[in-house]
Amino acid sequence: MALSKIWVLAEATDGKVTTTTLELLTKARSLADTVEAIYSGGDADAVVGQLGEYGASKVYTTGDLAGALPGVPVSGAIAALVDGGNAPDAIIAATSYYGRDIAGRLSVKLDRTVITNNTDLEVDGSSLVTTEPVFGGTTDVKTTFTAAGPHLVLVRPKSFVAESAGGGAAAVETIAVPDGGKSAGAKVITRHVEEREGPSLDEAAVVVSGGRGLGEQEKYALIEELAKLLNAAPGASRAIVDAGWVPYSYQVGQTGKVVKPTVYIAAGISGATQHMVGMKGSKNIIAINKDAEAPIFAVSDLGIVGDVHKVLPQLIEALKAR
Amino acid sequence: MNVVVCVKQIPDPADPGALDPTTKTLKRDGKLILDESDSYGVEMALQLVTTAGGGEVTLVSMAPNGEVSGLRTALAMGAAKAILVSDDALAGSDALATAKVLAKAIQRVEGADLVLTATESSDGYTGTVPEQIAGLLDLPSVTFAKSISVEGSTVKIQRQTEAGYDDVECPLPAVVSVTAGVVEPRYPSFKGIMAAKSKPVDTLTVADLGLDASQVGWAGAGQQIVSIAQAPAREAGEVFEDDGTAVEKIVAFLDDLKVL
Repeated sequence: MALSKIWVLAEATDGKVTTTTLELLTKARSLADTVEAIYSGGDADAVVGQLGEYGASKVYTTGDLAGALPGVPVSGAIAALVDGGNAPDAIIAATSYYGRDIAGRLSVKLDRTVITNNTDLEVDGSSLVTTEPVFGGTTDVKTTFTAAGPHLVLVRPKSFVAESAGGGAAAVETIAVPDGGKSAGAKVITRHVEEREGPSLDEAAVVVSGGRGLGEQEKYALIEELAKLLNAAPGASRAIVDAGWVPYSYQVGQTGKVVKPTVYIAAGISGATQHMVGMKGSKNIIAINKDAEAPIFAVSDLGIVGDVHKVLPQLIEALKAR
Repeated sequence: MNVVVCVKQIPDPADPGALDPTTKTLKRDGKLILDESDSYGVEMALQLVTTAGGGEVTLVSMAPNGEVSGLRTALAMGAAKAILVSDDALAGSDALATAKVLAKAIQRVEGADLVLTATESSDGYTGTVPEQIAGLLDLPSVTFAKSISVEGSTVKIQRQTEAGYDDVECPLPAVVSVTAGVVEPRYPSFKGIMAAKSKPVDTLTVADLGLDASQVGWAGAGQQIVSIAQAPAREAGEVFEDDGTAVEKIVAFLDDLKVL
């Protein structure tokens, strides 16, 4: 038995729907008879084609939020839509800044729990069952909802493979954003984009990440050089992002990017739970670490117990010589 | 400037966690410590109060068995006092119930200008509690702050984004979640540790907060765990001590995968 209707919170960058949104639409199609999307950009016309192609029959749009952070206005618009009848069985969003802010606010407005960090969704009878990996992905916990819908679910990126449904453009319906009252007022004044070189972490076939084992910020240059030679995306553990060596956009892990490349090279990364959650799905993992007991070796296909300061320069020389 | 910091006391992450097979919740029977993620908010709050030239930092926490060891750590860093909500009825609380409890506790702090939280706890990491608290208190909020300054009745924040960061402004009072790395948390001094022993910790029950026990814990949770299973394990491959042939092995491995 399928659910009757799911709403997906759609996200887009520069008029291009994010891969995660397409993944969620693909999954939602298999769980419910009707899939609709909620969108909050000023460019709904640019995204209805893609949203429709991946299965959304309708897109509810709030229009441009004029710099307001999305939590208050978008949750307000969705809650009004739910109160107006026609509520879905579930509202699904990505475990992203956008998804978390809106889901948190919405859970209060609807007085419903949010189940977060899920990697799978299934329908059992008429219930929605979610899967959340815990303890660094060693244990899967399945959870279901005990209260009536709409059920609120946050799903980790790359949990599903996006597949086109070959659908036509979705219908568009503009929804009103209620006055946020006292809770409104957080406004973006300026946006800053940190440029990064080479392929993106999301899409690269090879990812080379560095961690605290590099010893100092200057040594991250070795990661960048190796990445360049392999046409790979450079990544980082949370430890060195927190230390300010590289920007947050490089972070792989639970609070950073989830990557599933063909090859993941972890250099000087011990393999904290927080990191493993973001890279364990890689097809092949090479780890270089001087501590033979490092947890990263438990998930690596090729483990080198050695000094990254020796191995990385030698590897760079060897690749240059080819 | 009065700042409230929500702090969680969690099992030491150095010890491997486990789920209680009967209750299906995280075992929390050992000693709890201050979640490292929360030490950043505590430090940020102390710095904001110092910059403002007055005010104090109040901690708010929810923990089983009247646990205060994590609170003492934050008090030793310099927080003035704490409110601890501890009640058997809270076992099994989901994120929304947790937020309801914390919001009620925060409302008891008079003249709070700012509420700080971590972006997510290290043991439960739902990451939804800050927005839920803000929603319940009907306050504006900014998540993922990597820098915070206060000018008059406005808080100015650099908010981490997928692409970089945004400069965000928000009227006070507000709820702000801070990333790890926003500041370097101080180590408690010996003097601070001694002083913390006598700082006030107000311990409250669910009833003290005016909440009904049916809204929290197992009774109020909108979710139920149906199964816990071992995830398919990733086979560990070969591990070599670098004897000078490491590079050869890596290159051969990459060659096999045709990524060179």
